Amino acid sequence: MNIVSTVKNSILYVLLKGELDEHSASYTHETLDKLFTNDKIKQVILDLSQLDFMDSTGIGVFFGRYKKLAGRGIPLFVANPSTQADKILKMSGIYQIVKKISTGGKYERVR
Amino acid sequence: MKECANVFEITFEAKSINEGFARVCVAAFCVQLNPSVDEISDIKTAVSEAVTNCVVHAYPKKEGLIKLRCEIEGNKVTIEVCDFGVGISDIKKAREPFYTTKPTEERSGMGFAVMEGFMDSLEVESNGQSGTKVVMSKVIGSLEKMSVGG
Repeated sequence: MNIVSTVKNSILYVLLKGELDEHSASYTHETLDKLFTNDKIKQVILDLSQLDFMDSTGIGVFFGRYKKLAGRGIPLFVANPSTQADKILKMSGIYQIVKKISTGGKYERVR
Repeated sequence: MKECANVFEITFEAKSINEGFARVCVAAFCVQLNPSVDEISDIKTAVSEAVTNCVVHAYPKKEGLIKLRCEIEGNKVTIEVCDFGVGISDIKKAREPFYTTKPTEERSGMGFAVMEGFMDSLEVESNGQSGTKVVMSKVIGSLEKMSVGG
């Protein structure tokens, strides 16, 4: 897992590159929690466009991050999931609280 | 003429780093069935869930082995994932979506639900203490045939 991030207009944008499974879950959640310590952020977007693989471990990671941010009133979004990731996310019902958005290449420059 | 089954079987250590190895092995073996990208993704995800269960639940504190067997017969792939560690005491409960025995670890409890949703069939056998066997199967190309036929 390779995690690239940028903050612009109080939006923390995080690009997850690689595979999210049990093996990479703790690194992913620790890295995200470190990024969340920035007290200027008002919104978080996790871009999944370069996530090559995700199993249900991803739901646990995203739900855990949602809970952390919700306590501070910061909304969490996921953007551009693959068909496969989308299927798992839909199945879990997480879209009710973590909305899916499309960034439409807006953050292309950080890739 | 009936085609003979093709089988591979491997045993590897229950380490989380081997989850990627296991799902790629099965995906590579299934290439002979000419699967679609979505079918391969489904299979990889299901294998990952089964192997993760072994790593997290069968061997929570010690090392152990996972046996992975994959059989192709016609256009059907059957995958068996076995461990020899802590079994499942209540399989019905374990298969319920969102049920997890480790709620403090940010686990979704969706493993079996994903396997069931992504494969055509799922069977779980466990007798409490001596390991668990997960058998799941999927027919490759069934969607294509349906659309051609209908």
